[in-house]
Amino acid sequence: MSQRIPATELSSGFRSRAEAALADRQLRNNFRTAMDSLMHKRAKAFSDADEREGLRELGNRIKAGALSRLPDLLEQLEQKLTENGVKVHWAETLEEANTLVHGIIEARKGRQVVKGKSMVSEEMEMNDYLAELGIECLESDMGEYIVQLDGEKPSHIIMPAIHKNARQVSKLFHDKLGEPETDDIDHLIQIGRRTLRQKFMEADVGVSGVNFAIAETGTLLLVENEGNGRMSTTVPPVHIAVTGIEKVVANLRDVVPLVSLLTRSALGQPITTYVNLISGPRKPDELDGPEEVHLVLLDNGRSGAFADAQMRQTLNCIRCGACMNHCPVYTRVGGHTYGEVYPGPIGKIITPHMVGLDRVPDHPSASSLCGACGDVCPVKIPIPELLQRLRQENVKNPAEPQLVKGGGAKFSRTERSIWRGWRMLNTRPALYRSFLWAATRFRALAPKKAGPWTDNHSAPVPARQSLHDLAAQHLDQNGGRPS
Amino acid sequence: MSARANILGKLRNSLDGTTPRPDEFDERLVTEPWRYDPQDRIARLRSLMEAVHTEVRQCSSDNWPGLVAGLLAKRNLTNLLCVLGKEHGRELQAHFDATKRSVRLLAYDRPVEAWKEELFWNVGASLTGTLGAIAATGSLVLWPDRHEPRLMSLVPPVHIALLKASEIHDNLYDMMMAQDWAAGLPTNVLLVSGPSKTADIEQVLAYGAHGPRELIVLILEDA
Repeated sequence: MSQRIPATELSSGFRSRAEAALADRQLRNNFRTAMDSLMHKRAKAFSDADEREGLRELGNRIKAGALSRLPDLLEQLEQKLTENGVKVHWAETLEEANTLVHGIIEARKGRQVVKGKSMVSEEMEMNDYLAELGIECLESDMGEYIVQLDGEKPSHIIMPAIHKNARQVSKLFHDKLGEPETDDIDHLIQIGRRTLRQKFMEADVGVSGVNFAIAETGTLLLVENEGNGRMSTTVPPVHIAVTGIEKVVANLRDVVPLVSLLTRSALGQPITTYVNLISGPRKPDELDGPEEVHLVLLDNGRSGAFADAQMRQTLNCIRCGACMNHCPVYTRVGGHTYGEVYPGPIGKIITPHMVGLDRVPDHPSASSLCGACGDVCPVKIPIPELLQRLRQENVKNPAEPQLVKGGGAKFSRTERSIWRGWRMLNTRPALYRSFLWAATRFRALAPKKAGPWTDNHSAPVPARQSLHDLAAQHLDQNGGRPS
Repeated sequence: MSARANILGKLRNSLDGTTPRPDEFDERLVTEPWRYDPQDRIARLRSLMEAVHTEVRQCSSDNWPGLVAGLLAKRNLTNLLCVLGKEHGRELQAHFDATKRSVRLLAYDRPVEAWKEELFWNVGASLTGTLGAIAATGSLVLWPDRHEPRLMSLVPPVHIALLKASEIHDNLYDMMMAQDWAAGLPTNVLLVSGPSKTADIEQVLAYGAHGPRELIVLILEDA
């Protein structure tokens, strides 16, 4: 049963991490169980296929429509938010975003930051950045808190600690917080609640992400189940929201289908416990809420994806995670194998624009192109098509202009000439026939090694007779060949 | 060049020669599957909210304060945060005075900074009104204001919400259109669809993550 799969080429990080993950039975079990359950829940939440498909189409149209006038919407959002008293900041790079966030915290002499779940802040590695400047930045989502406590990174964008089981969490709380060990999940959650409640009270600044930014009203919408997002955006005197420039939608009504698609696709819930719409800081007559609200709009490669009409569709993403839940590769290798902030199918198509394809050259090909991700995507991103596109960008001649940052990383002259030969062989009948003749006669000379393929498979050996020969024989024996 | 100008410039450059897509919003998709007969709305709301551990009670405008007293007594809670001197706060006060219950009614009448410690650790329960509810998703709609600030429905471990049956809408789209939300939203709008929960450990649901452990909805059938 526990036969180890032999190693393939281990030169790159992804491959060696994948090999280690595949051999980790605990990890595989944790993921398998979780992904099966998430798939089941989603299917139940979308029990009416017509309703589901209509809504996905609408979700796609809303996002595509918003992207088709993205710069105007961003300006409208900025104007509305400013009218509402929210300060809007723009950052092209992670460094700029971190500097902005740090500046806002410093202006208030803040020392403690409490954070709601935000994937953009993971992109920024904000916790580490602020820690080096002496500012504590604590994750408050239970899963994120667990992962941070263990010095790890999230392995799933919705369920950050999905790779751990209760026993592992209990041991962690025992080691780091001195709590007695327990298998009782309720008890473990109460430990988190107690510890973090104190932190919410003390924090100088709250940081959050944004699920949808509504241009029409100047509103930031956040969904969550725990209440840590509401705590982080309401209790501290300053709230900083960080988000990607693609999160803006035109109208308030647009969020009705989008929130429904998001929560049903992500967790199979008709809605999350809390949907939090923030349209400004505390007004003079109000008694709570932050005195300052800031929004940091981050590019970090998104405008690069935006530049190409096909790859622009990547920015439809509403970060539900359904593509990873349904991905046979993700389920087997887990989120950490990808080595980047966004794992799974969405990670494979967004990460190259952020960090460059040359840093993640194996990502586009770590897929069987089974199409499950595209089938479940609530905003109909054609993920398999984009993976194929990135594979092409990956092997482009570096001398050509590159559309994707770091494109052409997998270009190989040998591979190019093999394909060129293959094309010649298959487009010239005389050459093809003589190749067949030779391949069947000299089959014993077929190479025993065929790259990484033969590490896990037996080498292909040509048949004694080609299909062409067999067909000719058959027709000869059964009434002759057609004229 | 500023980051703003660079980002907008790059985006505009990429859209050069294209036209914005037309607005293709189709409201039927978010309304038609989510319509209910008026008499079924409460049942729909109840079943969804109860499925996520919300306690739902149907009552009337004259017997709800007694119900609140009972709910508090059952949980041995000795204080309740609620809006005093306004509609439901006054009714509750009158009921507690008349029945000589030893429940202390607390008011959220100063900025949170003035009593954070007490709010976080010493308040047992809170009671708020609602702007209405949504049958489609089993959600309460709250528009916190000066009288019922944001943290009132978040920090205390038990949250009791009053809901008028006549204010239950079929779906969110209908509600935001009927009340023209797009014309102007308050600082904070909340949809609350159950007590705080998490499934972050092994996907096992646990209630009372950071917000209330218990959400109790009192539906006033005659209001």
